[in-house]
Amino acid sequence: MIIESGHFVLILSLLMAFLQSTVPMIGVHLRNNQLMAIAAPAAIIQFVLILGSFLALTYAYVVSDFSVINVTSNSHTAKPLLYKVSGVWGNHEGSMLLWALILSGYGAAIALFGGNLTPTLKVRVLGVQAMLGVGILAFILFTSNPFLRVFPAPENGSGLNPLLQDPGLAFHPPLLYLGYVGLSLTFSFAVAALIEGRVDAAWARWVRPWTLAAWGFLTGGIVLGSWWAYYELGWGGWWFWDPVENASFMPWLAATALLHSSIVSEKRDSLKSWTIFLAIVAFGLSLLGTFLVRSGVITSVHAFASDPTRGVFILLLLVVTIGGAFLLFAWRGPSLKTDGIFHPVSREGGLILNNFILTIAAASILLGTLYPLFVDVLELGKVSVGAPYFESVFVPMMIPMIVVMGIAPFLRWKRGDFNKTTNKLKVVGVISLIGGCFVWLIVDRSSALSSLGIALSIWLFSATFVELTSRIKLFQVPLKDSMRSIIRQPRASWGMTFAHMGLAIAVAGITASSTWKVESIQVMKFGDQVKVAGYTYTLKEVRKVQGPNYIATRGIFSVKKGDNFNVTLKPEKREYQTRTMVTTEAAIYSTFFGDLYAVVGDRDENSGGYITRIYFNPLVPWMWAGAILMVLGAAISLTDRRHRVGAPARNANIGTSQVIVK
Amino acid sequence: MKNRQKRFSFIGLGFLLIAGAAALVLSAFEDNIVFFHSPTEIVNKFRAQKLKPAQRLRVGGLVEKGSVTKVSDGATNRFKVTDLNNSIIVEFRGILPDLFREGQGIVAEGFYQNNIFNATDVLAKHDETYMPPEVAEALKKSGQWKPQ
Repeated sequence: MIIESGHFVLILSLLMAFLQSTVPMIGVHLRNNQLMAIAAPAAIIQFVLILGSFLALTYAYVVSDFSVINVTSNSHTAKPLLYKVSGVWGNHEGSMLLWALILSGYGAAIALFGGNLTPTLKVRVLGVQAMLGVGILAFILFTSNPFLRVFPAPENGSGLNPLLQDPGLAFHPPLLYLGYVGLSLTFSFAVAALIEGRVDAAWARWVRPWTLAAWGFLTGGIVLGSWWAYYELGWGGWWFWDPVENASFMPWLAATALLHSSIVSEKRDSLKSWTIFLAIVAFGLSLLGTFLVRSGVITSVHAFASDPTRGVFILLLLVVTIGGAFLLFAWRGPSLKTDGIFHPVSREGGLILNNFILTIAAASILLGTLYPLFVDVLELGKVSVGAPYFESVFVPMMIPMIVVMGIAPFLRWKRGDFNKTTNKLKVVGVISLIGGCFVWLIVDRSSALSSLGIALSIWLFSATFVELTSRIKLFQVPLKDSMRSIIRQPRASWGMTFAHMGLAIAVAGITASSTWKVESIQVMKFGDQVKVAGYTYTLKEVRKVQGPNYIATRGIFSVKKGDNFNVTLKPEKREYQTRTMVTTEAAIYSTFFGDLYAVVGDRDENSGGYITRIYFNPLVPWMWAGAILMVLGAAISLTDRRHRVGAPARNANIGTSQVIVK
Repeated sequence: MKNRQKRFSFIGLGFLLIAGAAALVLSAFEDNIVFFHSPTEIVNKFRAQKLKPAQRLRVGGLVEKGSVTKVSDGATNRFKVTDLNNSIIVEFRGILPDLFREGQGIVAEGFYQNNIFNATDVLAKHDETYMPPEVAEALKKSGQWKPQ
């Protein structure tokens, strides 16, 4: 009964979305307040309906109702509760339902908290958001219905893919979707503004926090996925430039660009059509990502069993949504006047340069990701574009970007003083140079690029730090005054400081872990020793361990260095009973300078030993720490009061938003 | 600077960046595109001496049943990849992916030298019901494709 209700309310939500996308829009056109007033409650009802549907599916998973096909093929009674729940979105149908839930959730958020938006803009944003809802809900109901029944119901299900039974991956999809789908809201804002034909600072003031929120979630989601790949797949790597990873990385780059251009639009009333363009592109890349993951057109380690009709449907959705938005942009875009005039050497100039680089980087990743598809369609053979392409294209582009990231925050709006800035950064430049030379001379002479990477990391970190100290006038005024002004710094500035420092730390981690990784593969018998990066690993024993729904082969390593360092690493190879599938659980011990990383493999029948793979991954913890700082930066910035106060309502009474349209 | 000069300086910079990026992309494409082959194609091309030893390749197919063994160092796996007409020997040092199994479709990337494919990467899928499109392609070419 609950299942049928879930199915039924999902159909109702489609009708509600259709209503929300049409009637209020006609209302705006006719200047009819009654019709317009439908938008907000419709958005909330739509969200509640989808939530009900989602809870119904969750219920089916929790009680293991195997008469539902979706539950049968993705769940099992012998699964811990957490994975029964995460199993809801661990499959295609359920994850699309989560997509729709989050989409309508953002719509409901605008309906509830968008009080100080201009009424017409609010209705139009909700209208566009609902159009997206219609598309995705129709997609779910017609091609990927999670509520289909099977009769007779099987005794038990086939279980969730064991690789997905992991706390990191349980929360990876919801976070990623909060980010992906969060960009739908900036898209709706952009399209609504194009329909309205008006983009002002107030509009940008609204777009900024939502972009920031989406960006924060997207960053968190990508990092969680990367972290999972790092400890679960046992390859010792954390990023493989796989098409599906790129699918999440491209919207991230676009969202980063959008985040920065919306600052210019808000503060300087400039770059408006560019911001709109980016908002469309960012969401377009999110949809493209969904298409790539869900259609299986490109070979990827992440590819799941796929169905061509679904691919065609999403492609159609992509073409209609993004094509429509671009047509509207081509038609209405030129009428968006830009007023702000500025010198190339100014904060605007720096932000534009950053936008150029981020966009070009996203475009070249897009090219590499889709290239195999083009070649295949033109029947020129099957090719793959792997990590070497992306590294040799992406890394050089990031060099000028990080250099500019150090300088631009010092420049003032409109016209910056280049000489004054270079004076302030002289010391920072020298320190970075010394750092780079140190790495080149002492650590590793074979790779100039990694010395440059470390130098850039030092550059960005110290430049950001100096920028903070010059903002609070450290050592120029009494220390007490500096401390007082450190408290008064706007939260948004803190956000920038945190995020930029986070990136600096992450750059050091990325550089070190990709250049100075030490890897050792060997067969080890009990008592055998291996020395990796100064640490001595001894294989003590290998034993079988019974888990909740698997049997693990657990290797026990004792790791020693000098007299004081002694830890035990326990990597596992787990064999899941329900799916006869094996997963690798790497054992990781993090130190300040890097991760000790051990994997145990199969038994070698000839020698009686076990294949082991041992890594030293330098500075990997820095990467995670840097990423956490970036997300933290977004969170701190979001608490800035200035983001929450709508510009047009700043002086007016915020409560009275039901202004009649002139 | 006049406004027009300012605008031109941005446009100029934009073009410069795009040109730089295009140069990077083109040179990267030239060096880093990896072509996919079926086992039959590799065998034929190798016989016709059309394969350079240093050329990076991808091969896809099914892991031949009963072919998985270890080389004497204990850490190198040796197995055959087949499109059901021809098969080639693949060697891979290290721990095979979790979903690697006999009869399963895999994609290997590496170099073909002395009748042995030295794989640097072996890809199997996250999902056991999934057949990589490249493997399907190899089976279609050899005429052994049986859709379920």
